[in-house]
Order: sequence, then structure tokens, then C-alpha cells
Amino acid sequence: MMNIPKELKYSKDHEWVKVEGNTATIGITDYAQSQLGDVVFVELPEAGAELAVGAGLAVVESVKAVSDVYTPISGKVIAGNESLADAPEIVNQDPYGEGWIVKLEITDSAKFNELLDSEAYAQLVAEGGH
Amino acid sequence: MTAKQTPLYETHVKYGGKIVEFGGWLLPVQYEGILEEHKAVREKAGLFDVSHMGEVLVKGPGALAFLQKLVTNDVSCMADAQVQYTPMCYLDGGTVDDLLIYKRSQDEYLLVINAANIDKDWQWIQDNSAGFQVELTNLSAQTAELALQGPLAATILSKLTAAPLMELRYYWFIPEATVAGKTGMLSRTGYTGEDGFEIYCRPEDAAYLWEAIMDAGKPYGLVPAGLGCRDTLRFEAALPLYGHELSSAITPLEAGIGKFVSLDKGEFNGRMTLVQQKQSGVKRQVARFVVTGRGIPRAEYPVVYENRQIGIVTTGSYAPTLEKNIGMALVQTEYAAIGQQFAIEIRGKQVAAEVIGKPFYSRKGK
Repeated sequence: MMNIPKELKYSKDHEWVKVEGNTATIGITDYAQSQLGDVVFVELPEAGAELAVGAGLAVVESVKAVSDVYTPISGKVIAGNESLADAPEIVNQDPYGEGWIVKLEITDSAKFNELLDSEAYAQLVAEGGH
Repeated sequence: MTAKQTPLYETHVKYGGKIVEFGGWLLPVQYEGILEEHKAVREKAGLFDVSHMGEVLVKGPGALAFLQKLVTNDVSCMADAQVQYTPMCYLDGGTVDDLLIYKRSQDEYLLVINAANIDKDWQWIQDNSAGFQVELTNLSAQTAELALQGPLAATILSKLTAAPLMELRYYWFIPEATVAGKTGMLSRTGYTGEDGFEIYCRPEDAAYLWEAIMDAGKPYGLVPAGLGCRDTLRFEAALPLYGHELSSAITPLEAGIGKFVSLDKGEFNGRMTLVQQKQSGVKRQVARFVVTGRGIPRAEYPVVYENRQIGIVTTGSYAPTLEKNIGMALVQTEYAAIGQQFAIEIRGKQVAAEVIGKPFYSRKGK
């Protein structure tokens, strides 16, 4: 059974978002990492980059696949998770914790209501992820 | 076109294989994970379904003469029960396919061809047979194939067969071996850079043999292995893959497998071009490189030197055994020497790489 924490919000593209004050932490879901397989490389954005909803946030590569991660909310990059440079497998092992990918300073919360709650996301995964 | 299932399709589903389409076939890309399966094959053993491969029987008094024209390697050097690797070329030297030839007798050979090329090869082989006393049979649909690969492959297989495995040398075969009570052709061959065996059997015996081998291998750490690690394993061993390092636009000499081209055996398809390339040198060739910057090279990424494209990546990946990002690329010959530095363009950024010797990985004792 896929792990889908109740307290997080989700995008239809299988990212999770955790909002604390003005900061959003973003990663990929347990379902996403299981579909990708062994993650062997993560490309992070530059700190300070300003990204609008749908812009490329990171690139997660498994042995066979290259997957773009698009930002589900608009913001300015505070930091990428540098520990993924030496240990990208953390994305597989702990996708909602140590495997976070980017922290953003939220600049526009207009699209928040388009994010899914855990129940709606579980439904999406149950329907095959599309 | 609907993708085809091998006789082991249900078995893959049962073992938790993640099914993908490859060359028109539904096959598992992985079971537990590519890295884990890769490691198992390097250190213990893995079992692959390679039933998608094609088989063509060439029989008759003209068989040798026909094959000498059809392929680039010298088939006349083969002994009975020997296996030979060879490219097969078009008249212009481009590659139709790369294949294995199994010599059963002076008048009978089995060709094992790539799955994605079966229709094309079958047509090409038939078209080239005019004037030769040969009978051709496409046995692809009647043949299943399992590959047991890894340093413990011989130990595991010896539990299931009385065939003299220890005496069976690399690239030789036993035409009729009994494994777990089923009869098939058994060769000491593979596509992983490890010791191993390939078993050709009837489709109706494949699932039974799979289970028997898995049972015998469990105490030794045998795992089912998918296409994902088959690719990373062959790639670390610098073995070419048709559609990547070889194609109708790439000759065997450009691909760096000239030792399988016998220019002095007499006339054969593509010889004129290959002789010219040999004499004047190839203008481009496959080079093996390691990424010294950060990033994973992938097929079709540009290779750049001083902001000018000098080639294209043919295969690139994270290499699990080496724990490095490596690749093969078709580059202009002047940039192919060991130690040459160039860049791989990854998502618009230039990432440093350096040409290294081949292969990336070579098993001990070989």
C-alpha cells in the first residue's frame, strides 16, 4: 500500500507540498518514487530562482528514466536538498522526509486550492495515477 | 501493432515484474529493482527471459558459402558446437544486425538475431539467399530462451543437469542438453559481461524451466532479472546494442568491433566500404567516456568540443558497478582517443567528460 500522509497536499503530477508559514517544502510522492525505480541523480534549481506554477523545479533520474519535476506553486527557491547529490537514493527510501527536494518561499498562493488533499490523491493513485 | 507476450509472461507477472514494451514485446524492465538485480548478476546470479530474441535456421550444402556472404566474420573458422558473434552488413557497410551463429554441423547453422530486427532480418536473409543451396526457417516463434548469468551460474545449473558444464568453454554449446528433465540447446554465452549460460527450449517448457532454475538458485542468491539491468550490465561491459552503437548508418568498424570483420575471407556484403574505411581510417567512431562533471549522459545527447557538436551519445547511464556516470558516443575520430576531453550537453548545459579505454567493466579471470 502506498504511503500518503494526511497532513500534506499533493499535485496531480505526484509531488507533495508541505506549507509552513511562508515556506513550501516539495518532494515526490511514494507512488512517484516507486514508479521511477532506483533514483540515481537529482538536478536541483539555483537558490534565488523565481518559479511560476508549472516551471521546471528539478530533474529526478532513475537508471532508465529522466523525469521533470514541475513546481505546483509559485515561489522563490530558498534551497535544494544538497544531500541528494551524494545520496539520491534517499528519494526512494524516505520520500516525505529526508528525501525532500526543494524549499520555496511562496510568492503567490493563488493556485493552492488546486492541490489535492490526501484522500483525493489516494483516489488518483488508485485510478492508475493519471 | 499489439505487443507480443513471451511464453513467460504470466511468470513475470507472478514474480512482480514491472512490464514494459520493448521491441514489440511485453517484458519486465525490473522485478525488485534494477540496481539490486544488476548487483546480483555481478556477484551471484540472475535469470533473464530472452525469448523475444529471434532464431533462423540455415541448412543445406550451400550454408557455409551463404553465411560467408551474409555476415562479416569468418564462419569457415568455426568448429561444430562453436558459437560466433558477428555483425551482418548492408552492401554499403551499414549494419543490418549483430547476431550469434551456432554451428551444428557443416551444413546447419542457427542464427540468433535481435528481437526488434526479426522481420527486417528475415527479409534480408531470404533476399540474399538467391543462388545458394540453402533452406531457411524462421524458428523465432517456436523457440524460448532463458539466460542464466553470473559467477554462480555454473554452480546453479549443475544442480539441474548432468551436462559437462565445467568442460563447456565460453562461446561453445551443447546441441541437446537435458536441464531439469527438459531438452534444449545449451550455450556458454551471454550479454552481461559475466560467465553464464543461455538455454534454448520449446515455448511450452519455458515456465517449467524458469521455476526449476529459480528453485535451484535460491540458496545461492539467484534473482529474476529484467531488461533494465540487462542493459546496464551489457553497457558496463561495453557490448554494443543494435539501435544505439550499431545501426544501418553505422558500420562495424565505426562501432569499434572491427575484430569481428574478416576483410580477407573473400567477398561479403559491405566489404568494399569496410575495406575503404580500414585503409583510410573511419571518420567517426564509438568512444567510451566517463562524465567528470555532474550529470547522467543519455542516448542522443550532443557531444560538444569548443561549442561545436562533434558527436552524439549512443548509450549513457549511471553504471552501478563503477558508481560513475558513463557513456558511449559516436564522435569524430580525432576526438576519440583515450584521455580526450569534451562535453556532453545535458539539458542545455555542458558537462565535462573524458574518453577512457574499454571496456568499463571486465570480469576477473577472463
